[in-house]
Amino acid sequence: MRPYRLKILRFDPSKDSNPHWQVYQIRMGEYERLLDGLIRIKGEIDGTLTFRRSCAHGICGSCAMKINGKNSLACQTLAKDLPEETVVEPLQGYPVIRDLVVDMGEFFRKNDEVMPYLINPEPPPDRERLQSPEEQQRILQSITCIMCGSCTGACPSYWLDRQYLGPSALLKAYRFIFDSRDRATKERLRKILHEHGLWRCHTIYNCVEVCPKEIDITYHIKALKRLALREALRIRQG
Amino acid sequence: MAAEFHIHDIVVIGSGLAGLRAALEAKRHGTVAVLAKLYPTRCHSTAAQGGIAAALGNEEPDSPEWHFYDTVKGSDFLGDQDAIEVMCEDAIRTVIELEHMGVPFSRTPEGKIAQRRFGGHTRDFGAAPVRRACYSADRTGHAIVFALYEQCQLAGVEFFSEFHVLDIVVRDGKAAGVIALELATGKLHAFQARAVVVASGGYGRLFKTTSNAITNTGDCLSILFQRGLPLEDMEFFQFHPTGIYGLGILITEGARGEGGVLRNRQGERFMERYAPTIKDLAPRDMVSRAILQEIREGRGIDGRDFVYLDLTHVPEGVIEERLPEIRQFCRVYLGIDPSDSPIPVVPTAHYGMGGIPTDIDGRVLSDERGNVVRGLYAAGECACVSVHGANRLGCNSLLDTVVFGRRAGIAIGRELKYLEPSTIQDEEVKKVESDIERVLSRKGKVRTAHLRRALQECMMQRCSVFRSESSLKEALKEIGDLREMYQEVGIQDKGRVFNTELTEVIELGHLITLAEIVAGSALQRTESRGAHYREDHPERDDRNFLKHTFAFSTDRGILFRFKDVTITRFQPEERRY
Repeated sequence: MRPYRLKILRFDPSKDSNPHWQVYQIRMGEYERLLDGLIRIKGEIDGTLTFRRSCAHGICGSCAMKINGKNSLACQTLAKDLPEETVVEPLQGYPVIRDLVVDMGEFFRKNDEVMPYLINPEPPPDRERLQSPEEQQRILQSITCIMCGSCTGACPSYWLDRQYLGPSALLKAYRFIFDSRDRATKERLRKILHEHGLWRCHTIYNCVEVCPKEIDITYHIKALKRLALREALRIRQG
Repeated sequence: MAAEFHIHDIVVIGSGLAGLRAALEAKRHGTVAVLAKLYPTRCHSTAAQGGIAAALGNEEPDSPEWHFYDTVKGSDFLGDQDAIEVMCEDAIRTVIELEHMGVPFSRTPEGKIAQRRFGGHTRDFGAAPVRRACYSADRTGHAIVFALYEQCQLAGVEFFSEFHVLDIVVRDGKAAGVIALELATGKLHAFQARAVVVASGGYGRLFKTTSNAITNTGDCLSILFQRGLPLEDMEFFQFHPTGIYGLGILITEGARGEGGVLRNRQGERFMERYAPTIKDLAPRDMVSRAILQEIREGRGIDGRDFVYLDLTHVPEGVIEERLPEIRQFCRVYLGIDPSDSPIPVVPTAHYGMGGIPTDIDGRVLSDERGNVVRGLYAAGECACVSVHGANRLGCNSLLDTVVFGRRAGIAIGRELKYLEPSTIQDEEVKKVESDIERVLSRKGKVRTAHLRRALQECMMQRCSVFRSESSLKEALKEIGDLREMYQEVGIQDKGRVFNTELTEVIELGHLITLAEIVAGSALQRTESRGAHYREDHPERDDRNFLKHTFAFSTDRGILFRFKDVTITRFQPEERRY
């Protein structure tokens, strides 16, 4: 067990006009999660400290927050990797509801814009649609997204243009466009080819750096860009 | 703060697999609102790793009949065979339908859905393991949740995210609606409905070591119980054999399905002694007991309280491709790579077989004689059909959620025209509001966290894998004491916006209620069956206990009544693997 000073940015809309810092001193074992520390603060020291949490092992995406300057999951951040003075803020890029809880409504709504469901008008066979392991492999990384919002909130293009779809929604578009069973590539491309869409990605890689599932999001967005160019050329050539 | 009133044909509580599948089906018949404690895709179904069972026969011959037999035997003959047959017969259609909806299953070289071995899945009525688990790497639940959520959105299901259910209104034998707290504002909402589906998931947070999410607190089971409805077979709680030591995080049975084995301090593959035919792929109740037996006899690693799950001989490519999530867990939480080092594991509280009793169409039963509550349906882990009996087989939970979620939706389609729209009265909302105010005004000295830990430790020590009359009586006494202390719980957060201290206090109250039902149900069942093992009654007693427990709330405490198990095809036999 080592002592830590957790400096947490707090805001209660019913009381505060501005956010303010509060420091909590706790001890954590090296393999404890930062989330365990936050839970201990809430349970033992200050019941008003507010944050989201659920699965506590990196699959639900609830506890995304900005930890020492980087969007991360509190349940995947171990004490042994934290400096003694650790700064915890709400997930960067989203309006704050209270303390470490941010409003993700807009984030989820953008996801809905890319037609996030399999579209295939051909009547399905009696059994499964066939898909080779290689074809499945192509979408394997993209389907592991847990929609924690870390990537979009960390994207400088998104900081400048809040209407930008953002890496997460583009990754979702990839997930369906590159699914060999899907038949709506053109319609979906149309949904992401606008001034707040695909070309807003300037290949900065912040999204890749923060993704807790280690998805190479920029790689997927680049694949979409190549596809969009090919389609554009094809249309121009008639 | 004034409450907001809503009107829908159908209200679904819970956005896990059962709730989503029920909502999707019900949407064909009317307007549907889904209320979720979290953002919908943050439900705990996403944590299901290993697969969904269906006898597709893609990798080797299999049949729904073998699946039926395995499930009956896995349930230690407590599962209702009419319901189990319905589920197993519907499994193939269900998985194919999910694939058509877009679920990205892993594939065989020919492009079919890939399948792997899992605990208790056998061919030829127990002869040898069979590949029946359809999977998407080790993120199967996650993959299905997203596909169903996306389909629900496409269909126009309305989602209410971060709405915490505080009451389910049942009036004159009919469900009237749901009262919920909107976390973001602290405002109450009354959802008036013709039909209500409860799909609120499990209650693993009763125990100290659990694979369950922090939010799995069984609120709706407790609410219905307090409204006078029974809970069935609550003594049966499954401990998954392989939780990460110290954390309880699940390591899928698929790890053993892909060749992993359990080893004690001598390096011995000890499951060979306990289940000579299918060894490490024996059902979970048997493997969990075997692990704890090894530990009790001093054969835990270094004499300590865990054993090893050894994957070091499994080809690295298999781990990378089929168990990537497990590899990440090991790297993040243990600092090891499962290809190089064995994983320290211990049984972890995983799944409640018991729950809200329903018939095979998801209709909630009001008693052990088969009467139903009009307009009230339940599906998924919170429900008890009962297809899992005394012990659930791996991959049958996902199947259960989707099969019976859909069946509840179909039943609603049939019955909706006979279900009148209901209203929720102002007084009913005011009562919930005053309950909240009362909690917020508490000034006691007891901390929620301390009480919760005491409860979880009590349940872990006295009411988990091994139980006895004395341990259960002690548990009941402690739970009684904790209930009294609960009145002294104080609260620091007096605000209304996103007050999670408030919801934690409410959840703890529900956990205490459920703990008493689990321990009480376990005390009256003086036999050992499936996950319920009584050290003072180690044998199964078919003469007296081939029946389901129904627990009712009365003024004089919990009343138990019983219902015979439905046996159609397979007579009880000795359960050996």
